[in-house]
Amino acid sequence: MSLVNLHQVHKYYGDLHVLKGIDLDIKAGEVVSIIGKSGSGKSTLLRCINGLEEYQQGGITVDGNEVTTEDIQVRRLALSVGMIFQNFNLFPHMTVGENIMLAPTIVLKKSKAEAEEIARAMLLKVGLEEKFDSYPEKLSGGQQQRVAIARALAMSPKVLLCDEITSALDPELVGEVLKVLEQLAKEGMTLVLVTHEMNFARDVGSKVVFMHQGKVWEEGDSKTLLSDPQTDELKQFIGAVL
Amino acid sequence: MIQFSNYDIISNLLFATQWTILLSLAAFIGGTSVALLLTAMRLTRNPAMQTVVRIYVELFQGTPLLMQMFLCFFGLSMLGYEISAWSAAILSLTCFTSAFLVEIWRGCIDTLPKGQWEACRCLGLSFLQTLRHIILPQAIRVATAPTVGFSVQVIKGTALASVIGFVELTKVGTMLNNATFEPFKVFTLVALIYFALCYPLSLYSKHLEKKFNVSR
Ligand SMILES: Nc1ncnc2c1ncn2[C@@H]1O[C@H](COP(=O)(O)OP(=O)(O)OP(=O)(O)O)[C@@H](O)[C@H]1O
Ligand SMILES: [Mg+2]
Repeated sequence: MSLVNLHQVHKYYGDLHVLKGIDLDIKAGEVVSIIGKSGSGKSTLLRCINGLEEYQQGGITVDGNEVTTEDIQVRRLALSVGMIFQNFNLFPHMTVGENIMLAPTIVLKKSKAEAEEIARAMLLKVGLEEKFDSYPEKLSGGQQQRVAIARALAMSPKVLLCDEITSALDPELVGEVLKVLEQLAKEGMTLVLVTHEMNFARDVGSKVVFMHQGKVWEEGDSKTLLSDPQTDELKQFIGAVL
Repeated sequence: MIQFSNYDIISNLLFATQWTILLSLAAFIGGTSVALLLTAMRLTRNPAMQTVVRIYVELFQGTPLLMQMFLCFFGLSMLGYEISAWSAAILSLTCFTSAFLVEIWRGCIDTLPKGQWEACRCLGLSFLQTLRHIILPQAIRVATAPTVGFSVQVIKGTALASVIGFVELTKVGTMLNNATFEPFKVFTLVALIYFALCYPLSLYSKHLEKKFNVSR
């Protein structure tokens, strides 16, 4: 059964037609990499899936529920869709522990003790259990991003959306974040990632979606698609990034 | 004619200073409260509310405080509402203060990255939860220095209340001058007292600003 489904989704920013009829189906446990040139609409696509952006035509469902940008809907959606951003977006005035415990306590209404237990477990998962009481600014970029992943995981989402989450990191810090993602993939988490990490897409991903000019230009099994692209545009794109 | 010794002048001025301080405090507290309300209205994504706030701000920032006091005091009484100089002064200073504070605070809230709002939305926080736990705690830290800095403008603004007959520092200064014909002495003292009130606040504001910049 599909976990995330997009049907003929069109999105405009004013006159700019950014998504031009996107069809996409993501099943539970899949690791989907979205690749494509800058401006092809990758971020917009992700942001439509969790209700951060409005779309004008078509339909999106997550776990069978229609996605809209209405507050109530977005908040319900947040229970099943987590999102990680390129620039982490941690809360700078809170410790790592508080960052992770916030949503479980005030959204899921868990007790402080329960939330703390969850937070510690998630930090352990991303390898940062000793950073519970640190403030984000004291952490490296890679560590901050792993905290952001822990924060999203604390809500036990069904799918995690990641928008270029290693792009803001120094090259030597990219690996530690990808390792966490790989572990999550192994555990069966559904991941949708906008990424430039082709090796990761090929080795860990199950499916690759190539976007071009607001359309899904080509999609398929990650190994096949990347080694044997069908369209000239994808050939060119792969040639440019590898 | 009564003779005024230096001691009399100073003690009269200091007595009047109490009223200047009291009026400043009242205006500042009133202004802060109204500005909080207006800020909340502006933050809701309701266009009608935002328009109300915008008009309010433009109205009270775009006209001289003195005119606002005149309208409040003489205008309201012509309309049949008897209003004391004290109430009129507080009312107009509150409007003036809130119109500026709401703009200052808007700037502070806008300096917070949009990503903070988005992260909250993705975690399922409501608008009010986001404000309370994420936006306000950060915005307050940024806003304290300029808010304290603006309180200096409020104190200086209270001087205008003398024109509608409210007896505070400036008014008493004028009265003493009329009685003593020693404008230089009297108004120097008045200015010194205002300076003594305002300068520590300016210093404190600068101090807060520095502290904030370091901790960033
Ligand atoms: N808030 C916005 N308002 C107007 N136009 C926007 C907005 N956000 C994105 N766009 C435009 O929509 C198009 C798609 O943007 P999007 O960010 O989805 O691309 P992308 O594939 O993620 O690119 P990148 O690799 O640079 O992140 C671009 O032309 C962009 O300029
Ligand atoms: Mg993008």
